[in-house]
Amino acid sequence: MTASRSSALKAEGLRKSFGDKVVLDGIDLDIAQGSVYALLGPNGAGKTTTVHILSTVLGADGGRAEVAGFDIAREPEAVRAVIGVTGQFSAVDNLLTGTENLLLMADLHHLDRRQGRWLSEQLLERFDLVQAAGQMVATYSGGMRRRLDLAMTLVGRPEVIFLDEPTTGLDPRSRRTTWQTVRDLVADGVTILLTTQYLDEADELADRIGVLDGGRLVAEGTPDELKRRVPGGHARLQFRHLDDLDAAASALGQATRDGEALTLDVPTDGSPQSLKYLLDRLDQESLTVDSFTVHTPDLDDVFFALTGHPHQQNEASP
Amino acid sequence: MSTTTVTCAVRDSTTMFRRDVRHSLRYPLMTLSGMIVPVFLLLLFVGVFGNTLRAGLAAANPAHSYVDYLAPGIILMTVGSSAAATAINICTDMSEGIIGRFRTMAITRTSVLSGQVLGSLVRTVVSGALVVGVAFGLGFHASASPLEWSAAIGVYVMLTVALTWLTVAFGLASSTPAGANSLSLIPQFLPFISSAFVPVATMPAGVRWFAEHQPFTPVIETLRGLLTGAPIGHNAILAVGWCAAVAASGYVWARRRYDKGPATQAH
Repeated sequence: MTASRSSALKAEGLRKSFGDKVVLDGIDLDIAQGSVYALLGPNGAGKTTTVHILSTVLGADGGRAEVAGFDIAREPEAVRAVIGVTGQFSAVDNLLTGTENLLLMADLHHLDRRQGRWLSEQLLERFDLVQAAGQMVATYSGGMRRRLDLAMTLVGRPEVIFLDEPTTGLDPRSRRTTWQTVRDLVADGVTILLTTQYLDEADELADRIGVLDGGRLVAEGTPDELKRRVPGGHARLQFRHLDDLDAAASALGQATRDGEALTLDVPTDGSPQSLKYLLDRLDQESLTVDSFTVHTPDLDDVFFALTGHPHQQNEASP
Repeated sequence: MSTTTVTCAVRDSTTMFRRDVRHSLRYPLMTLSGMIVPVFLLLLFVGVFGNTLRAGLAAANPAHSYVDYLAPGIILMTVGSSAAATAINICTDMSEGIIGRFRTMAITRTSVLSGQVLGSLVRTVVSGALVVGVAFGLGFHASASPLEWSAAIGVYVMLTVALTWLTVAFGLASSTPAGANSLSLIPQFLPFISSAFVPVATMPAGVRWFAEHQPFTPVIETLRGLLTGAPIGHNAILAVGWCAAVAASGYVWARRRYDKGPATQAH
């Protein structure tokens, strides 16, 4: 297998079992250089195992993969030299300060003293950790640890970065910061393999998404391609009284009526013309609508359509 | 191994060693914890049981106070109790994910562990020196020449390297620090059934056989010989053999555990 020039990561038929449990059942990946690829799936889908195998921490039972042109099984040292890994659980040294953690990374990358100092200062600045730089990491908040973790990964200037659930458990603001960092890195030409169980995160960041379920990729494509694979959207009309709902249902014809929630779902492609037409109709019939929301298919719908089970339901399984 | 590989290994091990020293300086309790039990035992056995034990041992240990008999064994017990701290350190490191990060980096594999072993060695030597100081304070009288002192330090370091590699493996093999701690109780308690407190000749037959053949006895006898002039005999050879065997198996076990990858599999 030769990775084409533009491929930063290529995998063919990756397999892994732990005992009787098949965790990865033949995974193929081809990730373009300078892009973000999101592996989307519930807990237990095999996301972290994929990251472990591709980052040479774990051996695969079958299949092969190349990262930046290096074979993960035959040239693990070369792979380790070009990758960076940031996991869900911060890999920071709690007994050292923020600066010491970064300098430790600089030493392990064999940077000279001055270079190491300079780079640590840059990273502390970039990740908004200057204030806390001299404090023991044990005193850091969750968001700060995650930022330091990512900063430590960047000390080695990796070409390919694995972000394993980078925002799980983060507050919304830290989440946004992480997203911005990912965008900045990609703008610099870094390739990112992101795993996430958040559909909005994949939607927000990924150039391509692979939907992982039970150790297999059940679908792959751009966010838009995936969304196109599920039935169209609708406008939801919320009524206050049953009479209004019934009147609207008979006036609008093709619509899904929910008598208990007092809602009516009217199919629409979400375009301004169709929405204007719908609103005009409501006006003509003098119907009193309490609220009006437009629902375009999101990755939740995609996930349900592709895997046959809702995204949330599988959450608790190991 | 090429020269660059060796250079990298030394450089990475030094980095890891510095990290470990920094931990020790920040938490001196880690170093002190290794000497609490030995110092307590010294005080207890010399101050409380000392007179009786001295009378009982008069035949085997003529012209010496009990502290002279006891001190070498207690000094070596410091190695066992310091090693427990190493097992806990390693296990905690593993569970905190920093080692997981090291695994994904292009650094010499052994350096992560050898840095810890070096750091542990320094901590244990410091603890040992402090325990020697306390022994002197309690009236310990060493007849050793400077050469014998050097050899005694060599014996101490040899046992430390051996037990540290073993407890590094304990730390890697245990899933919780508590588990690591209970495994390292073995090297902490073995000296009780050795020649550390009383000569093996005074023990009942079954216990005596165990005490004579377990690894701590020859090491203790060698150290006692060097420090107080008691006969050493074939104990020196046995001590070196035991230490080499423990060090080698600890090293192989630890490397195997480390190379195996993450102990617990998340998905």
